[in-house]
Amino acid sequence: MSADTATKETAEPASKVDIPDHLGGGAGEIPSFDCTFLIARFNPEEDSEPHWEEYKVTMHGTDRVLDALHKIKWEMDGSLSFRRSCAHGVCGSDAMRINGRNRLACKTLLKDLDTNKTITVEAIKGLPLEKDLIVDMDPFFQSYREIMPFLITSGHEPTRERLQSAEDRERFDDTTKCILCASCTTSCPVFWTDGQYFGPASIVNAHRFIFDSRDQGGDLRLEVLNDKEGVWRCRTTFNCTEACPRGIQITKAIAEVKQALLERAF
Amino acid sequence: MATPTIPAPRAEYDRHKTTRSQFELFAWLFMRLSGVVLVILIFGHLFVNLWSGSGVHQLDFGFVGGKWANPFWQIWDLVMLWLAMLHGTNGMRTIISDYTEKPGTRVALQLTLYIASGIVVVLGTLVVFTFNPCPTGADPSLLASFCKA
Repeated sequence: MSADTATKETAEPASKVDIPDHLGGGAGEIPSFDCTFLIARFNPEEDSEPHWEEYKVTMHGTDRVLDALHKIKWEMDGSLSFRRSCAHGVCGSDAMRINGRNRLACKTLLKDLDTNKTITVEAIKGLPLEKDLIVDMDPFFQSYREIMPFLITSGHEPTRERLQSAEDRERFDDTTKCILCASCTTSCPVFWTDGQYFGPASIVNAHRFIFDSRDQGGDLRLEVLNDKEGVWRCRTTFNCTEACPRGIQITKAIAEVKQALLERAF
Repeated sequence: MATPTIPAPRAEYDRHKTTRSQFELFAWLFMRLSGVVLVILIFGHLFVNLWSGSGVHQLDFGFVGGKWANPFWQIWDLVMLWLAMLHGTNGMRTIISDYTEKPGTRVALQLTLYIASGIVVVLGTLVVFTFNPCPTGADPSLLASFCKA
């Protein structure tokens, strides 16, 4: 490229998004601040109990808790273990207890937390702890499998797709949003003491099929959830609804399953 | 430092077998229905005993004896006793199963609860139907004043 053509190149258009100065949108740099993390560490080969370890990191206003965990793991202590995959709130791998509340580390912005205070990060409760922030998700997925999270139909298979009206689709729209991160189930106090309880996530995913007009296995799922460890163990504490990173109205979904069970019984 | 034993990574997770019982459904429904009925019964009870007539001052041995001479109040108090005890026992049963971690503790606590509730229900029912403020042949010094009349 000659010097002549380079000068004739059009300038890059200005950004269409105006970020205010105090959020780092001005000419200056993104503001940075120091924050202290208290992370529950557990090494199954050495520890019998998890213990807290403190890390001080310099982070930016645009960072999330996951970025801080990355910084700690990549620059300070490589032995820190946690799950994450997509890092954008879709895969549901990085559910953890941040400042005592279950959230996704990739969806929790540091600027939304009180960075003047220590930020605590620990593994989700109620599932067997494997290492640091990693828990054994098997019991969780076992309950999920038991409610049969797949389309069950009877009769002849149609030659074309199974059509559904917009209203029928809307009926279970909320519960299709679940990403199986286990935030809800591991925020449930009933699940903490009784690991046999199916838990909110399983009920949400059962709800997704029970109220699907194309599905015919609703009765089978209701039978499973009518059990001692099913929906009747729900105490409507709303912990699950508050914890859900997808904003699913979980307690409402559980109530709807209870209602369906009552209608079936009478 | 003690090395904890780590279970095999892919050990089968055991779930209880489904019981196909409707018990929990009816227990849940009973709590809602008995709750509504209890609100009426208890506030009716409080109104009649503590508010109507000469209020709290009328309440004595004779007042209760008089009430239970009427089958209406016998049935009222009997229903209130049974519903309150079953409602409370079921509530305690769920609280125990929510908070106990060991099956042994759960069974022991629930058994204690059922025995205690059973005694109260049986004793209460007996009193509602057999209450006699002036039993014949009793030591006169122990009887209420109106019995001598």
